[in-house]
Amino acid sequence: MGNAEMVRLEDLSTDRSLTGRKHVLSILVENRPGVLSRVAGLFSRRGFNIDTLAVGPTDDPEVSRITLTLDGAVHPIDQVTKQLHKLVNVLKIRDMDPETTVARELALFKVSAAVENRAEIVQFAEIFRAKIVDVSKRALIIEVTGSHEKILAFENMVRPHGLLELVRTGEVALARGE
Amino acid sequence: MRGADALMQALENEGVDHVFGIPGGANLPTYDALVDANLRHIQARHEQAAGHAAEGYAHASGRTGVAFGTSGPGATNLVTAIADAMMDSIPTVFITGQVRSELIGTDGFQEADIVGITLPIVKHSALVTEASQIPEYIHDAFHIASTGRPGPVLVDIPSDLIREEISYTPPTGPVELPGYRPILEGNQKQIRLAAKALANSRRPVIYTGGGVIRGNASTELREFCDADRFPVTSTLMGLGAVPADDGNWLGMLGMHGTRAANYAMDEADLIVAIGARFDDRITGKLSEFAPNAKFIHIDIDPAEISKNVPAHIPIVGDAKQILPKLTGEYKALQTDSARLDSWWTKIRSWQEEYPLTYEPGSDGEVKPQFMIETLHKVTGGDAYVTSDVGQHQMWVAQYYGFNKPRRWINSGGLGTMGFGLPSAIGAKVACPGEEVVCVAGDGSLIMNVQELATAVSEDIPVKVFLMNNGFMGMVRQWQELFWDGRYSGVENGSSPDWVRLAEAFGAKGLRCDDSADLEEMMRATLEHDGTALLDVRVSPRENCYPMIPAGNAARDMVG
Repeated sequence: MGNAEMVRLEDLSTDRSLTGRKHVLSILVENRPGVLSRVAGLFSRRGFNIDTLAVGPTDDPEVSRITLTLDGAVHPIDQVTKQLHKLVNVLKIRDMDPETTVARELALFKVSAAVENRAEIVQFAEIFRAKIVDVSKRALIIEVTGSHEKILAFENMVRPHGLLELVRTGEVALARGE
Repeated sequence: MRGADALMQALENEGVDHVFGIPGGANLPTYDALVDANLRHIQARHEQAAGHAAEGYAHASGRTGVAFGTSGPGATNLVTAIADAMMDSIPTVFITGQVRSELIGTDGFQEADIVGITLPIVKHSALVTEASQIPEYIHDAFHIASTGRPGPVLVDIPSDLIREEISYTPPTGPVELPGYRPILEGNQKQIRLAAKALANSRRPVIYTGGGVIRGNASTELREFCDADRFPVTSTLMGLGAVPADDGNWLGMLGMHGTRAANYAMDEADLIVAIGARFDDRITGKLSEFAPNAKFIHIDIDPAEISKNVPAHIPIVGDAKQILPKLTGEYKALQTDSARLDSWWTKIRSWQEEYPLTYEPGSDGEVKPQFMIETLHKVTGGDAYVTSDVGQHQMWVAQYYGFNKPRRWINSGGLGTMGFGLPSAIGAKVACPGEEVVCVAGDGSLIMNVQELATAVSEDIPVKVFLMNNGFMGMVRQWQELFWDGRYSGVENGSSPDWVRLAEAFGAKGLRCDDSADLEEMMRATLEHDGTALLDVRVSPRENCYPMIPAGNAARDMVG
């Protein structure tokens, strides 16, 4: 039997399918009509929920980048990426490692800002290194850039003052280094 | 030349000799170019049937089947066939006409967004937006449809673009697509690990699927099983890879499989899945499926591995390339084959105790199982057999005893009633010298019975053996067993008169209602020079057993 004894059936194990954390997938796709529908359609058909989605061009005009985030506690990321790879227009998928990734999201907050609390809101914006991009009599529009968590934290700060509207881009991400 | 002429040349360069389809407004240019093309066009009577014929052609030959349809309803009629080809991994290319470019998006006459409609059921698809893309997209389509895990590819061509003048240069090398590179070889380390695991297994089972047939790996599979008397079972789609009279063969597994196969899976310590996808018809209750087993999973589609059942040793690649390596690695370990003796003793006892069996008919009653056994006898077990979906399909799977791959052509994944007759036409076109028979149910046959006209007028002689029980038999069986016998929507009654219907189409019609005449009538049907239909009146309320009720475990088999 020789080295066959080195593999005992009881020692064989499977990879855990749920990672339990948020994943950012960076997907390079061919820039062709209908590619986003294929990706989005795949998610709905297989019952995968996308938390955020951002699409845009890359340095190569033939290639677009889809950045999406999803919850690895709910979805088997491995199965998601394997299904995505089956799409012929999908060129490359990177499951971004949070340790070595720079991820940013941009959000615009329209906040009710009467004279008496305007100073406080401006102060929040400074703390968060946010920009006030529009001022009107009763409201401010504030631009916040940062991680998903930072934007959530800012939202929690301003919500008690009267959050009128909020728009977010969804996270985009790049790996550090070369 | 026109885009349509380039399309024909591209098809010819892909080795296409037959296409199935129906013309219409938007694909008139295609049909005009067809007049001068070196291809035979078989004019189906419904686009769904053209699609199934293309599938039958591909099933039987291994070559890519091609179907044409026009825009709008022509294209939407293809949808069932496209979905069927996706579920069963059948290499097919569907070419649809589309309304003129400037009408797209305006709800023009016979406009349907067929690329949008079919997105979840194609391996790939493309809408031509510039005439010059036509040949490129066709060559890409054949490459994608026929390599890796095969499947359907749709190319939708607007009617103005296909009339434009373009130039065509045949491709000089293989198609290269940056986002499409099937993995074929299999990881050598994983293969070695699998061999070692097998060497330490005392209760192994080889579980194979349609992938072995699709991948032409039947010989390699048999050599692997013979490496050490490995017990082998297969899904519905995998029948014929291992001959039914092979000593290692356990019979089909799953919902209507044999007890020996299902019990062996239940008690196995190691299961080697090859080109199979752990469908719910196989696993039954997932949490109780093969509870004692570790899994080696070999598949050309990485997404199948660990999709339903987590694999302990995944191997991605082509079974035809991987199996000889696995056989070699295993033999090199020089294991002691006697360790499998007690496992085989157990399996043999199940086989003896629970053979496939049925109560013989009395007073001339034709039992459906007897009908299939007689069909085996009169065809020498060597026919290409297509079927529809339902009880008759399961009885063919259980009782025909397939000995060669590609002889069993049916709709497994999608379960499409009406598949049998058109796929028989496609199989006969692919293999004109072979006997092609369609075992149909009376509920299914009528769904595409118009194809008798195709068979007769195109002179494609297929033999239809109609298992006529007057019911939607499988649904009736479920209503009897699981819905307290509250029958609903399952009686087909006495219409149509199948013999006269066959005659009306110009085919020969025969009827048999006595088991004593069956063999002779079947021979007469086969010997008829042309398309013929034998209406066999079988026991109306026979149930298909054994059976694992849906959502139950292998141990809960009934009947």
